Amino acid sequence: MAHADHGPKYLAHHFDTPKQQFESAKLGMWLFLAQEILFFSGLFVAYGVFRTWYPESFSVGSHLLDWKMGALNTVVLLFSSFTAAMAVRAAQIGEQTGVPEKDQHKLGGRKWTSIFLIITFFCAAGFMVVKYLEYSHKIHVGTLPGQFFGHPGFDMASVAGAEFYEEMEKAGALAYESGGHATVPFHLRTFFGIYFVMTGLHGIHVLIGMGLLLWILKRNASGEFSAEYNTPVDIFALYWHLVDLIWIFLFPLLYLID
Amino acid sequence: MTAEVAPQPHAHAPTGEGYLTHERGLKSWLFTLDHKRIGLMYLGSVLLAFLLGGIMALLVRAELLFPGETLMEADTYNQVFTLHGAIMVFLFIIPSIPAALGNFFLPIMLGTKDVAFPRLNLGSFYIYCLGAIVAIVAIVIGHVDTGWTFYTPYSARADSSVIWMTSGAFILGFSSILTGVNFIATVHKMRAPGLHWKRLPLFIWGMYATSVIQVLATPVLAITLFLLMMEKTLTVGIFDPALGGDPVLFQHFFWFYSHPAVYIMILPGMAIVNEVIATFSHRKIFGYMFVAMSSISLALVGFLVWGHHMFTAGMSEYATMVFSALTFLVAIPSGVKVFNWVATLYQGSISFKSPMLYSLGFIALFTIGGLTGLFLGILSVDIHLHDTYFVVAHFHYVMVGGTVFGFVSGLHYWWPKMTGKMYSEKLARVAFVFVFVGFNVTFFSQFVLGSQGMPRRYYDYLDQFQPLHMTSSGGAFILGFGFLIMLFMFVKSLVSGEKAPPNPWSSAGYEWMTTTPIHPHNFAEPPVMTRGPYDYHLCTEEELFPGFPEDFKPSEKAAKA
Repeated sequence: MAHADHGPKYLAHHFDTPKQQFESAKLGMWLFLAQEILFFSGLFVAYGVFRTWYPESFSVGSHLLDWKMGALNTVVLLFSSFTAAMAVRAAQIGEQTGVPEKDQHKLGGRKWTSIFLIITFFCAAGFMVVKYLEYSHKIHVGTLPGQFFGHPGFDMASVAGAEFYEEMEKAGALAYESGGHATVPFHLRTFFGIYFVMTGLHGIHVLIGMGLLLWILKRNASGEFSAEYNTPVDIFALYWHLVDLIWIFLFPLLYLID
Repeated sequence: MTAEVAPQPHAHAPTGEGYLTHERGLKSWLFTLDHKRIGLMYLGSVLLAFLLGGIMALLVRAELLFPGETLMEADTYNQVFTLHGAIMVFLFIIPSIPAALGNFFLPIMLGTKDVAFPRLNLGSFYIYCLGAIVAIVAIVIGHVDTGWTFYTPYSARADSSVIWMTSGAFILGFSSILTGVNFIATVHKMRAPGLHWKRLPLFIWGMYATSVIQVLATPVLAITLFLLMMEKTLTVGIFDPALGGDPVLFQHFFWFYSHPAVYIMILPGMAIVNEVIATFSHRKIFGYMFVAMSSISLALVGFLVWGHHMFTAGMSEYATMVFSALTFLVAIPSGVKVFNWVATLYQGSISFKSPMLYSLGFIALFTIGGLTGLFLGILSVDIHLHDTYFVVAHFHYVMVGGTVFGFVSGLHYWWPKMTGKMYSEKLARVAFVFVFVGFNVTFFSQFVLGSQGMPRRYYDYLDQFQPLHMTSSGGAFILGFGFLIMLFMFVKSLVSGEKAPPNPWSSAGYEWMTTTPIHPHNFAEPPVMTRGPYDYHLCTEEELFPGFPEDFKPSEKAAKA
């Protein structure tokens, strides 16, 4: 087809100008993010409803979460958002050919794009490791959703083992009745249902982000991006900031109730 | 901009191959990024879904011919009406106009080569296929009898194949979201020079409003179905009352999507009617900006009325009053549309070609469907009519009398442009008569049934309802027969139809400015729009010439000018 004079290589055939292509991609990503917010909104509404109905369970539930782990993850994700933004800046500056070493923009160009993307990737991985530690602890002691609540180590035969009680004791969740029976708020299981669904879905978004990061790194390494064309880095960073933003809401709502 | 350049006239005698033949072979279809081919693949898929859903509908109606067991057991019946609803809603109506006809015509009417994200477009088609396969597997091997609404707590306890069915709907939702994202970006960023917002064809306005709903409402359904799946696997206790959950919360979530989804279904139908009414009245659309804005306001108001599905579900009475009042608001933009269509007809030079027949049918049936919706929005009346056949008749008047008539109207209208073939107008009219009569016989009797108290979804009924049930079933078979004639008519057109000229209806619409068969890039030269799509008074004789360009002879008047 007669497209020899169509423009630079990165310009898709159905766009007239690189600007049009960039603006379309950016608008598309913003629309997708709007969709993401509504996707999570259902969970936030459910959170609001059940926290209003069962405030005691939610308050006790938050004590059963390790706020230090949550805080660490918040710092890690915030930092990764910063490095993602730096990667965008580095890509936008691009390679400056013919400019002597000392006059080059600091932290710009392909090499720095890669470095910042790699740091972002390791932050995301670190986040998932912390999440893994938190999850495995909960599965071990039995702070789990619904009918799995109180089954330590996922062993369906042993109901409410010693470690589970220890955990409840620590969080001040146990109420002793006159007969010496200890009970925990019934709706703790709802709190953990919501905890696992919200953080799990967020975790899936982090994993998807890690996949996208690898893909963008590969494209950056092959020299696809320049000061003129860096759209994928830019719109990836938009996505990453949203994943970060959702966590910023999840952390206080789940870990810091009182 | 060179505003003086006239719209591109039809390139004389097709210079190159059309989009259907310029590349050949299965691969050139499966991996195509051309929105027209993707639109056709969608069209094939949704028609297949329509056939399946239609067969289910006929099975339901056949079972209801007589009280007691007629054809199948009660359990099978529950599955069959679930499949009818789920297939028709998720696999047919929602993608029907936007994904098939919209995909095909949106870029052409914008005068651009493709949608903004062609690869995403193909991706969303395959996501649709994946969702359809998952849903159909659930149907075939499982036991889904929840109705298409999947209400908890029953769905949370029912057969595990519900998980598969809801995963299918979840996946289909993402296909719909991505189509919406694509269309909005395309409308904002890809319009041809001269095509400012006040010249945008009303079909595009309708698609745009639809896309806004697709992007903002569908994710809420996705999270709802996801939570239902989590309820069934992890027992998270959000919807299950035994674990402290709230089944009414499921209904709120479900209808927060599914009410706006009603506008995903009806807005595209209205969008097509705009185009068809203008073309076959040969007249500028009356109150253009009002019609355009009524689409947008329907999309927005549609988000605020979901509670009217739940008047009897146990909401606070203040909430029901607010939802009832908001529901009446919907009538305003709908009324604006109907009055403007009728005003467009006034003093137009109307020709009753088959697309026009379906669009006029749309206006009549949609008006009935819309007004009976107001009955249901009245709190006291709804207590009587809730969950009866009156509701079934109401939404079929809107979904079938509205959306399906609009879809079929568009299919007839654009068929010559899409396929390059004409169809038999006579057969098309015969089919219309069967469809129109069959439809009204089927569903008008259901209004009567419902107001007499026949509950929906029931397998068995009192003897007194038998005559009306039989009338309704008879109508359904007339309707089915009408669609068979239509199918025959379209197949015949593909096999032996006459070659279609570029603008057989002599329309001023932008999509008729290009050649038939359509150039792979839609227009041989990128067009510049110098007039609106309904400006018949600004069109040249050549632009409106309904025959082949080589036969065109300017009249003396035009020659003098």
